[in-house]
Amino acid sequence: MNKPLETRLVQDAEGEARWQAEYAAQIGQDKLVRNRSGVAVKPLYTPRDWNGERYEEALGWPGEPPYTRGIYATMHRGRTWTQRQLIGLGTPEDYNGRLRDMLAQGATAVSLIPCNSVFRGYDMDESHVELLGTCGTVVNTAGHMDSALAGVDLGKTSCALNDPSPFTLLAFMLATAKKRGTDWRTISGTSNQSDCISHFVANHMFFRIALQGARKILVDHIDYCNKYVPKWNPLSVVGQHMQQAGANPAEAMAFTLASAVQYGDDCVAHGMDPDEFLPRFTYFFDISVSFFEEVAKFRAGRRIWARITRERWGAKDPRSWRFKFHGQTSGVDLTRQQPLNNISRVTIQAMAGILGGLQSLHTDSYDEALSCPTEFGARIAVNTQNILREEAHLTDVIDPLGGSYYVEKLTDDMEAEILRLMKIVEDAGGMYAAVEKGIVQRMIGESAMKFQQAVESGEQTVVGVNAYQVKEDASARPALAKPDPARMQAHLAAFRSWKAQRSQDAVDKALANLAACANGAGNIFGAVVDAAEAGCTHGEICATLRRELGFGHPLVVV
Amino acid sequence: MDIVPKVLITKIGFDGHDRGSRVVAAFLRDAGMEVVYTPPWQEIPTVVKLATEEDVDVIGISSLATDHLIVPKLMAALREAGMGDVAVIVGGIVPDEDEQALREAGVARVFHPGSALDDIAAYIREVVPGIRRQRLAA
Repeated sequence: MNKPLETRLVQDAEGEARWQAEYAAQIGQDKLVRNRSGVAVKPLYTPRDWNGERYEEALGWPGEPPYTRGIYATMHRGRTWTQRQLIGLGTPEDYNGRLRDMLAQGATAVSLIPCNSVFRGYDMDESHVELLGTCGTVVNTAGHMDSALAGVDLGKTSCALNDPSPFTLLAFMLATAKKRGTDWRTISGTSNQSDCISHFVANHMFFRIALQGARKILVDHIDYCNKYVPKWNPLSVVGQHMQQAGANPAEAMAFTLASAVQYGDDCVAHGMDPDEFLPRFTYFFDISVSFFEEVAKFRAGRRIWARITRERWGAKDPRSWRFKFHGQTSGVDLTRQQPLNNISRVTIQAMAGILGGLQSLHTDSYDEALSCPTEFGARIAVNTQNILREEAHLTDVIDPLGGSYYVEKLTDDMEAEILRLMKIVEDAGGMYAAVEKGIVQRMIGESAMKFQQAVESGEQTVVGVNAYQVKEDASARPALAKPDPARMQAHLAAFRSWKAQRSQDAVDKALANLAACANGAGNIFGAVVDAAEAGCTHGEICATLRRELGFGHPLVVV
Repeated sequence: MDIVPKVLITKIGFDGHDRGSRVVAAFLRDAGMEVVYTPPWQEIPTVVKLATEEDVDVIGISSLATDHLIVPKLMAALREAGMGDVAVIVGGIVPDEDEQALREAGVARVFHPGSALDDIAAYIREVVPGIRRQRLAA
């Protein structure tokens, strides 16, 4: 008992040699195991891998840098994560009905996914009618936003909007708040999808404004929100897109941090104080089913961010150092085959995120590989969170995996791999330069192909796809959720007649001002908010900015 | 004498998720086929024009977020342009109840999530000789 550390390590070394001999004798030819990020994983970890000697420096205490154990002193024991399910389908009224159901079932925050026509920067009257509302809600005006959020107190409910540059959805929400008399300073939530680099590289769900134009708008948006909507998170740096597009977990974390470095540098260059904008930076990550790897990814990310914020920008406010993140369980891991198995996958993914210390969570519905999620599937996804939070005792202890020889060593190894990848980006001239040269896209493409080949060779088992297949009864699948075509037609007709009746003069003036601001006359996002209040539509705002700042194409590398 | 299939891999509609289309395009290229690849969000007339100019045998449409619902419009536009003999395959998330409508509109095959790349390549190699013979005869 209580022998000095060195004596203990010598004894451990003897013990380990003994075990190693026995292990080798029993297992025969051992194969090298690597996780998805390519980090070699040993069969056993011991105090020789991690002995707690550098505890303060490497782990520290929850709520203190380097935040390896969590960004708050109380973590989930004090306040559990925000249960934030992404929803969006049909008309604003359809959305509102579903939203109120979700809130009644225990969701604690709002999210809004717009229709893909909105994501392309178009209004409903310039889109394929067959597609309207099939993958998100058709919100084109401030009035639509008012209907979508009817009955929701914007000063009390945190809203996450899937809203790339130029952030028209937030502008519609601010216009709604003003109309309702809600003080903007009480509004909280996040501009999801604000990370223009991730859209250029990966999922390409953006309003088709050129990358460097979107970059300019983003900085104005951050500045504007810090001044007028101080509880709003104007930036969510997204690793989820890149991981869904094929990046392995280490790549996703590295490229996300490298993007955040660029955004922070841009804000500083714009004259902002790091301790003003950094507390409002947030992150959004994918959580794959590779459990320990994901936990280590998040722990390593927190540690790196705590260093960057202090060393690069000299941030002094602890709120600037905290790596706040929303996690979404990975849809790529879900299978069409035997879809109920996805409930198990989502549970494992969600646990990795929770034990990795997330602040907010979306659990995928089991039926996402079949169609846009049904209400039945969405309810199970919500209850998976309820079970994890209230039945499973996961929240009793802070960072419960901390101190595991394996988890600590893996956290170190993932950190080293993430830093190695960040160096590649830095050497290329930063994330903007790296994505404009296609360097990042190439790496992600290679990882996607490598994973697919591992599945096809059988090296990576996917239950129901390359192993344990069964003959399935397709009729057992859930009924599909589709917007009602008659309601969508009525929504379109109402939009057309509203447009014909509004003040064209006010619209023209607002769009002219927007164009001037895009060319340096003022804050671009401020002009977007003014345009929203003046009755401009989403499509008009986006078209104006595309004209002034360039049409956006992703750079795709195959 | 081996026929080298010529395949256009693209996405129509509004969705931008292109992992599937990139992986399939890279695989078919590496398997020795001639692949024409476009980024997402192509307009239907653009796809028809590209297919005509490049004289492709097969068009692969990747759809993950309901864009398959406008594939029947693409089929009609192809027929109108005299490209009705091209085999159109759709890959991605297509609900069972929509698959029938796609088949009736003339889609040759739907590859659902979990499909093996080898199976997609084998299918293309199987149908292309017939398409070429039909074109020679016409």
